[in-house]
Amino acid sequence: MDAILLQILNGLDKGAAYALIALGLTLVFGTLGVVNFAHGALFMLGAFCAVTFNLVLSSSTKVRDESVTLFEAYKEVPILETKFPNIGPVILDYSIPLSIIVAIPFMLMIGLLMERGLIRHFYKRPHADQILVTFGLAIVVQEIIKHYYGANPIPQAAPMAFAGSANLSAMLGIGEGIVYPWWRLIYLAFSLLIIAGVFAFLHLTTFGMVVRAGMQDREMVGMLGINIQRRFSIVFGLAAVVAGLAGVMYTPILPPDYHIGMDFLVLSFVVVVVGGMGSLGGAVLAGFLLGILQSFASMTEVKSILPGIDQIIIYLVAVVVLLVLPRGLMGRKGVMED
Amino acid sequence: MDNVVLHVADVHKSFAGLHALSDIDLTVREGETHAIIGPNGAGKSTLLNVCIGRLKPDSGHVVFDGENLTGKLPHQINQLGVVRVFQTPEIFPDLTILENVMVPILAKRDGSFKLNWFRRFSGEKSVRDKASEILSNLGLGNMLDYDASSLSRGDKRRLELAMGLSQEPRLLLLDEPTAGMARHDTNSTIELLKTIKATGMTNVIIEHDMHVVFSLADRISVLAGGKIICQGTPDEVKADPRVKEAYLGEEQV
Amino acid sequence: MNKSATSDWLLFLCFTVAVLAMPIWLKPFGADYPDLMQRFAIFGIFAIGFNILFGLTGYLSFGHAAFLGAGSYAALWSYKLLTMNVIPAVIFSIIIAGIFAFLIGFVSLRRSGIYFSILTLAFAQMSYNLAYSVLMPITNGETGLQLNLADPRILDRAAGIEATNSLPLPNIFGVATTGMPGFYFCAVILIIGFFIALRITRSPFGMMLKAIKSNQTRMAYTGFNTRPYLLWAFVISGMYAGLAGGLMAVTDPLAGAERMQWTASGEVVLMTILGGVGTLIGPVLGAALIKYFENIFSSFNKSELQEVFAFLPEGLADIMVSVSSMFVGKSWHLTLGLVFMIVVIFLPGGIMEGVRRMGRMFGIGKAPKEPLSVANTQGSQANG
Repeated sequence: MDAILLQILNGLDKGAAYALIALGLTLVFGTLGVVNFAHGALFMLGAFCAVTFNLVLSSSTKVRDESVTLFEAYKEVPILETKFPNIGPVILDYSIPLSIIVAIPFMLMIGLLMERGLIRHFYKRPHADQILVTFGLAIVVQEIIKHYYGANPIPQAAPMAFAGSANLSAMLGIGEGIVYPWWRLIYLAFSLLIIAGVFAFLHLTTFGMVVRAGMQDREMVGMLGINIQRRFSIVFGLAAVVAGLAGVMYTPILPPDYHIGMDFLVLSFVVVVVGGMGSLGGAVLAGFLLGILQSFASMTEVKSILPGIDQIIIYLVAVVVLLVLPRGLMGRKGVMED
Repeated sequence: MDNVVLHVADVHKSFAGLHALSDIDLTVREGETHAIIGPNGAGKSTLLNVCIGRLKPDSGHVVFDGENLTGKLPHQINQLGVVRVFQTPEIFPDLTILENVMVPILAKRDGSFKLNWFRRFSGEKSVRDKASEILSNLGLGNMLDYDASSLSRGDKRRLELAMGLSQEPRLLLLDEPTAGMARHDTNSTIELLKTIKATGMTNVIIEHDMHVVFSLADRISVLAGGKIICQGTPDEVKADPRVKEAYLGEEQV
Repeated sequence: MNKSATSDWLLFLCFTVAVLAMPIWLKPFGADYPDLMQRFAIFGIFAIGFNILFGLTGYLSFGHAAFLGAGSYAALWSYKLLTMNVIPAVIFSIIIAGIFAFLIGFVSLRRSGIYFSILTLAFAQMSYNLAYSVLMPITNGETGLQLNLADPRILDRAAGIEATNSLPLPNIFGVATTGMPGFYFCAVILIIGFFIALRITRSPFGMMLKAIKSNQTRMAYTGFNTRPYLLWAFVISGMYAGLAGGLMAVTDPLAGAERMQWTASGEVVLMTILGGVGTLIGPVLGAALIKYFENIFSSFNKSELQEVFAFLPEGLADIMVSVSSMFVGKSWHLTLGLVFMIVVIFLPGGIMEGVRRMGRMFGIGKAPKEPLSVANTQGSQANG
């Protein structure tokens, strides 16, 4: 029982990341009708936003090391700490969550730029063309990051206060000895918050309602004379921000490298297809579901029965779902069908 | 002459609780031109789609020449000789006009699948000659090597007809062959359909234009609200009061 | 009719001459060494095969690398178990990849459009992941499958050929397939592969594939069972990929799982598009160009760049060096990605489309016969 609970928890944070990326993917697909293979690159850019922010904050100067008295020794100290001895270290400690402030406008800008500069011209082109051009873009973005940040993963630390693990058994009175890293809990909560935010935005605002109507029937909304073009840009920007934030907060869980975006993209696409193209609820559901399944499949008990299952479970589920339910778990009729 | 070729028996079809077709019973005899008329939304296209296997009926079945068509796949139905000419042209836009007609002829000759990868398509002389002859008869003979997508809408419909005819069908289903055509084109299409009729081919034609219907049909079935309300010769149908009722406010019969 | 047959023979003849004469005309480009030319041929075969599926039917597979990998493993096992002769190795790689493609295609072709792409991608990723884990006994995991002195090599031993103290070399009836013989072996196979692709494209079978790409729904109502057409196209193109994989093992008897990764599938897509989807020469051209520039660009380093820009004033030269260094060496994929985007955006027909446009500018050639998009997949068709 405890083991099962632990596996579910373990799957949740990965599932949350899948869900966030898939949410943006399906939002863009549902409204703009564009298959965006560069969406994973947005996740990666978000992660590197956090890396850069941290890098800038910790830019340091040489300071005389007072602790060494025998000779003149110097040490590197972040400028922030020397200038603001009180608040500086705290800011540095919280650099990951703080980088959200930078990431939001940055990702929005990237999103708008991408939509205006490239995606817009591909609305009417076949899906294969969209896949290809965004695939090209993903390669370009990835290589630029690789050029500046190198090929190795760059570990990021969570704030000290969340560095340890929470003893869930003691806190909630369930099971025994279930410990779970604090930061993963934070990530889960953060993701749920964003998902709730996106859904609230789509369901409670007029803008959101138009977007949802557009996902139901694109031609219809076009005929209403609503300025779709501008809304499309904003939706794309929103999707970029969601993917970016998912990336920012994921850095302490998995050190980002240049191909983290592609790794997640391939899986997220599978998630979208399993959830059902164009279904936001389906994307979120499938994201968490596949995350949990993956974590179950990597249990040694399961692996001993079905060797290698952890490596292929997501793809296997995708194949089965696509064959049994052509529209995915919650897909609607008529989306991307011949 | 009185052999029944197509028998639609007790066909029901509903979409989300809405009865599109109910209790449809219809017979088409060999060599006749059978028109199906009815107001918009009467279920004419649904009926045609059931016949060619695009839709599965909820109950009942369609029998063609002793073979049950229900549950058969579209290509199997076509191979039996039931060919549909579509209302919105369903051509191969990326192929040339000649190729558009050669492909259906090959379906008739080679069956539903053949891995003849070593022959030359352009070397199929008899197929080619036959296709260009049909196209010339339809007035498309001077544009054989153009892309089909470059045709005007009216010409696309003629191409569509050529594709259907090229298969020498035993039963040709025509879906509104003159819809959206100018009077002049309509008349030439009627003449064309008359020559087809003269060859003894069995035709089922869905049509809105009563002029077309009464110039061609041997028998007429009137469909309204998903039911056949009247079936008979043109004169019988003209005299039937139920038909007038169904068409009230729609069109002058 | 005879005219088109003649022009096809002419095309084939030109192709054959161009391929066999590569060592001569590639000299001025500095690309006349066997290893590189062999890569041109191998990836040319891969791209030709991919184009039979994507170019003719419009089905975009993102999993063709799986067949490439399968072909390599099959060839290696043929070396290990039977003989170091490359002929059986190549035959096995085609057969194994064909069976593999049949299984994956049978399932994947139940869906079309992007769903098909995702299914093929899923299968390829599964194969890749399994090659690293459960299939270790077959693939030797991360190390890759290698030859071993103790390998059985039944046929070789039966013929009295023993490897004494060094690993045996792949050979064709005793002639080692390294260097130029290796290149000519691959070149001949490329020519055969091109000939078969030419016949397929011009055949009624090929025409049906094109018709499926143009309007698949209509094909069914025209009396065709599209499933076996697509499956055959998929299997044939998988066999080409397997053949390419087998040929990789001809010069370098080593097979690793990384050949199955989806980035390798992406590469063949790039080659085909760059050269021109649906054309005969395009994919070979695309493959050769990508491999050529990969070779050039990735070998550049900073000091060479500094030499290139040495004529500029110092500050400017530094800027130019640092900017251009983004596009060469290890970062050459950036150039590739950019070129690829530009092609998809401005020249969806690839280089061959460019050649046609140039031809038309100078008044030769005919009006465009192909639609201006990379592909015309099922998903893009609006009719129900």
